[in-house]
Amino acid sequence: MAQVHIERVSKIYSGTQRAVNDISIDIPDGEFVVLVGPSGCGKSTLLRMVAGLESITEGKVSIGDRVVNGVDPAERDIAMVFQNYALYPHMKVYDNMAYGLRNRGMPKAEIDRRVREAAKTLELEHLLERRPRELSGGQRQRVAMGRAIVRSPKVFLFDEPLSNLDAKLRGQMRVEIRNLQKRFGVTSIYVTHDQVEAMTLADTLVVMNNGVAEQIGSPLDVYERPASAFVAGFIGAPAMNLIEAVVEGDGRALAVGASRLAPFSHSPALEPGRPVTLGIRPEHLRRAHANEKADMDLVVSAAEILGADTLAHGRIAPGGTGAAPLIVRLPGNVRLETGARLPLVLEPGAAHLFDGETGRRIDLAEAAVAPQQAAMARA
Amino acid sequence: MNKVRFGHSVIPYLFLLPQILIVAVFFYLPAGEAVRSSFYLEDPFGFGSTFVGLDNYRDVLSNAEYRRVAIFTVWFTVLVAFFALAIALVLAVKADAVLRGAKSYRTLLMWVYAIAPPVAGLLGIMLFDQHVGPIVKMASWFGWNLRVGVNYHDTAFAMIVTAVWLQIAVNFIFFLSGLQSIPRSVREAARIDCRSGFRRFWTVTFPLLTPTAFFLVVINITYALFDTFGLIDLMTKNEPGNNPVTLVYKVFLDGFRGNDLGGSSAQSVILMAVVFVLTIVQFRFIERRVHYS
Repeated sequence: MAQVHIERVSKIYSGTQRAVNDISIDIPDGEFVVLVGPSGCGKSTLLRMVAGLESITEGKVSIGDRVVNGVDPAERDIAMVFQNYALYPHMKVYDNMAYGLRNRGMPKAEIDRRVREAAKTLELEHLLERRPRELSGGQRQRVAMGRAIVRSPKVFLFDEPLSNLDAKLRGQMRVEIRNLQKRFGVTSIYVTHDQVEAMTLADTLVVMNNGVAEQIGSPLDVYERPASAFVAGFIGAPAMNLIEAVVEGDGRALAVGASRLAPFSHSPALEPGRPVTLGIRPEHLRRAHANEKADMDLVVSAAEILGADTLAHGRIAPGGTGAAPLIVRLPGNVRLETGARLPLVLEPGAAHLFDGETGRRIDLAEAAVAPQQAAMARA
Repeated sequence: MNKVRFGHSVIPYLFLLPQILIVAVFFYLPAGEAVRSSFYLEDPFGFGSTFVGLDNYRDVLSNAEYRRVAIFTVWFTVLVAFFALAIALVLAVKADAVLRGAKSYRTLLMWVYAIAPPVAGLLGIMLFDQHVGPIVKMASWFGWNLRVGVNYHDTAFAMIVTAVWLQIAVNFIFFLSGLQSIPRSVREAARIDCRSGFRRFWTVTFPLLTPTAFFLVVINITYALFDTFGLIDLMTKNEPGNNPVTLVYKVFLDGFRGNDLGGSSAQSVILMAVVFVLTIVQFRFIERRVHYS
């Protein structure tokens, strides 16, 4: 077990193309870090650099107290679980797990003890004599896990290990991976594009985009205070509403298309004319009560009934193609008519502001984030 | 539930007909003819034939010359198949590992395959030419007076080298595609599990390559046994007296040069039986150890 330090690491292809750009992450011993981002964001490349399967162009990776830049993958004391399991098709389950240990010259009895123990933990005991092709997807996944566990490595590396499984099994394995990691306390780096996996597994979440770490923090922190419009849009399902707006008037109001919105009455004034992005999560809007003044109106265009929730899709009033699209999460019992006008109230402190050009978060003082009730004016 | 039935229609047989016709005309008929004439003593000038029972077989099998050729054929086949496979495998593994300029490197190695076999054979023979052949020259640096077509062992050497050289390109292509069909992640998992590249090759890569290797063993044995005919013909320069030949070539020699059609037929029947047994052995015993994933 060990901490992992990733220090200003970059991966540069063919001289100019930066697949990973100057990333630094400190991972304390026993922590579960999830790298999440869209495909092509460099998360897998970063993981493979830690594994030693990809050379490190710039920067330093250390495992424990040892810099591993030039160290062979087999000598890094890591174990990796691959997306397609990468089991050896010609070996029995037992040999798949024992292979790495045999190559390290471990005594036979010790190998046997470890393999049987891992098999017991993963409920694979009855499958030890089978070959991978005779196993189901979930069982193969377990074998891949077993192969990692028997090594008792310093670091577990997971490269989208669940994406080949069906939804139900994925949920089950997710819990299992989390429990195993907690039980063994092994430092883990987990790559996924699935934000549910990312949120539920991570101690620390690293949201990546275009080779850059957009934000590093706890899942809740990332959810509550996204550092950029990209993170805001990527984490959370359905995605946060990101509404293009321009600062108006005295710098405390926003123009959204034809409507005027003033959610940040006490915020430090922003220079008028500055383009910004207003971020509102679908779950932070609710239907206004009968006598309540609405922050904005939604013209409903479609409703997705999920049972527990109903998602209302539409555009901010006055509607039409020019108006900003908006998704609102409503209780499951709400029935909506297409074309209906839905008065909405924004939860206090729940709106986010991002710079219109850089996409970075514009921090507002804690007290300043209360939306001004009844501040919606129509042009 | 009703089963789909074709009844006693002739249509399925009609579909099979072209294939059966081809096999019949080009294999069953000549093979049957060979079996028949192996029991006869043919008059060299075509004036009829005499039934002699198993005499032809007895003659062939008790012939010391035949035994010598058979032993050479075994050596020739084993050496050609082994070296053609081993060298191609090494080249394929190396080509597979090349990242930069991989395409041009592979194309260079495959080029030989694009040359028509007789031309390539001729090139091989030029390399061993008594007067201009660079290999003969190189051999002379080491004090080896290489005399292809004159010295039995020198000819055998040149034959094997050329036969191997001709076959490497084909084997290379198959091995390379076999290597590239091994999932990258499996090899990467092996890299994490095993430090030694050599050990990794024999414990992971090679076992996964066995379907390709098995197929190539069959192909190469067939190649060495039969397809080297033209090469041997060119190398021995129509003077097979003191030169090594294989069984297939001897069938041709005895039948068409020696006009011993009965004896040569008996030889081809024996050869047919050998190939038949060999194929069964290969599929029964080798395939069992092959990992089809």
